[in-house]
Amino acid sequence: MASIIEERPGGPGRGAYPAEKPTPRESSESLRARIPGWGADLDPADRPSFPREQPGIETGAHWTTPEDQPETYPRERSIEHAFLTPVFGTAQPPKGVSGVIRRYSYARHSEAKFAHWALLILADRVDSIESQFTSILQLRPDNPITETGILSEVRRHGLSSRYGRNRTDVKHLWLDPILIGGPYILAGWAVLRVVRGKRRRR
Amino acid sequence: MRAMVYRGPYKIRVEEKDRPKIEHPNDAIVKVTRAAICGSDLHLYHGVMTDLRVGHTFGHEFIGIVDEVGSSVQNLKVGDKVMVPFNIYCGTCFFCARGLFSNCHNVNANATAVGGIYGYSHTTGGYDGGQAEYVRVPFADVGPSIIPDDIDDEDALMLTDACSTGYFGAQLADIHEGDTVVVFGAGPVGLYAAKSSWLMGAGRVIVIDHLDYRLEKARTFAHAETYNFVEYDDIVMLMKKLTDNLGADRAIDAVGAEADGNLFMHITGVKLKLQGGSPIALNWAIDSVRKGGTISVMGAYGPVPNAVKYGDALNKGLTIRGNQAPVKRQWPRLMEHIRNGYLKPSDIITHRIPLDEIAEGYHMFSSKLDDCIKTVVVPPSAA
Ligand SMILES: NC(=O)c1ccc[n+]([C@@H]2O[C@H](COP(=O)([O-])OP(=O)(O)OC[C@H]3O[C@@H](n4cnc5c(N)ncnc54)[C@H](O)[C@@H]3O)[C@@H](O)[C@H]2O)c1
Ligand SMILES: [Zn+2]
Ligand SMILES: [Zn+2]
Repeated sequence: MASIIEERPGGPGRGAYPAEKPTPRESSESLRARIPGWGADLDPADRPSFPREQPGIETGAHWTTPEDQPETYPRERSIEHAFLTPVFGTAQPPKGVSGVIRRYSYARHSEAKFAHWALLILADRVDSIESQFTSILQLRPDNPITETGILSEVRRHGLSSRYGRNRTDVKHLWLDPILIGGPYILAGWAVLRVVRGKRRRR
Repeated sequence: MRAMVYRGPYKIRVEEKDRPKIEHPNDAIVKVTRAAICGSDLHLYHGVMTDLRVGHTFGHEFIGIVDEVGSSVQNLKVGDKVMVPFNIYCGTCFFCARGLFSNCHNVNANATAVGGIYGYSHTTGGYDGGQAEYVRVPFADVGPSIIPDDIDDEDALMLTDACSTGYFGAQLADIHEGDTVVVFGAGPVGLYAAKSSWLMGAGRVIVIDHLDYRLEKARTFAHAETYNFVEYDDIVMLMKKLTDNLGADRAIDAVGAEADGNLFMHITGVKLKLQGGSPIALNWAIDSVRKGGTISVMGAYGPVPNAVKYGDALNKGLTIRGNQAPVKRQWPRLMEHIRNGYLKPSDIITHRIPLDEIAEGYHMFSSKLDDCIKTVVVPPSAA
């Protein structure tokens, strides 16, 4: 690539940035010849997302405001909304302890609060523990082998896909078992300490 | 019906689930013929998305056959073969009325900062998605379109998200003739964004990733110049050297929250979730563009704060733009480009798997095994 930065008489390491845009490596004509469709959307004013806001855009809607979907259970909603939206998802209504946390988080905090999101993440973790238990009761326990898809390590060449291929994620793969297993080991250790402490006191 | 369901971080299985019902007069039920797994689904799979409930069915890229329609549906009938944009939107709220389809205010009860998305947690509305045999499609007269006879099913499938998003991302970058564009991420979104940059007249398109097989695709599919960031101590320095020390005119972040390449950011953002994902690719973009340049952010981030180098962005006078793509606005033009032979979206599909093997499909895509770029999922009733 031809650089536009020239060495100046002042000596090595001296220079000044000029006003011109750096010379393109390839002309528009040559790009058009080489790359299918080059410049088909050249005019910035003639692109589908310009202008960003297009009042009156055709949407297919034939109503002024949508009808209300019936609310068949008390639907949790962001307190930043003035009312329950006319349409909403009804998948997985809140239930159990996780449901209580979720409902509390929606009722109490706006989306601006970190606590809102922290509670929702907490509820997600509680939900997966609750569901583990119910799935055992329903005689459909979670199967870590099939559900993690770990067998694809064999079928989809886990080793040769990862090693000797310049990938950066391989460098911190060792961290995963620690981060995933770590909390369980810590919790186990804490339980053990408590149990032992009690025995000693007896 | 058979449907993929979430069981907890890194765990999914296929279960029998009730077929969805019409819940609103403008709903349709669509029988899914093809679905795809998106990079965004990985934020769910890794448990990074908030209010993600056990039992949730993912999938926001799908096409199918209309199986049932609500009483007010006029534009579709049973039997129509449709493509469904990943956005759920009403068509008439303040935002929809202005074309901001991805920012609809009438469909997401759970949050106001994001619109409605199929199968993408309760934070985007609590709708089950299309990695299943059937799916509820709200506002059937607004979102879906009948797939034209001359458009291949798999091309239509790619237009429901990834391809439209890459194309939209290139538009947000405000590319002018001769501009140097650097795209971070050579996943589906990055590949389409790189390809689209040429359509908009870029003079040079550079793609950065650490997966050589994807960079290879960036060279063949998107005619891009590529660099593996692992081979360079400082990728920003490299960008400066390649651009006469000014920086690239435009950058596109097609990586998002799961970014790799900086251990501290990766651990705090991706593993410990102390940030809304790792912002390393965005920070590289901020430092790689020239002053006065533009950054288009297509990569998705969580709702809690990120350690973004905003000071540099301010001092450099950058324009930073982002959004969930308003997918349907891109379709007429993209179909023209497909018909003209400028673009073949399905060229990036690497795997086609039955719905019942989807747990392995997720692990493969998440761990980037078997040179996987885009995986298409086939429900049993459509096989
Ligand atoms: N805005 C939208 O409407 C929209 C729509 C679809 C997807 N997305 C988002 O776009 C992003 C990409 O989606 P995808 O389907 O292409 O995902 P993907 O996971 O297939 O691709 C991401 C790529 O980024 C690479 N990468 C990781 N760290 C990097 C770094 N520091 N620099 C450069 N590359 C890096 C990965 O190796 C991978 O190839 C995701 O965050 C997804 O959520 C946004
Ligand atoms: Zn997506
Ligand atoms: Zn709307």
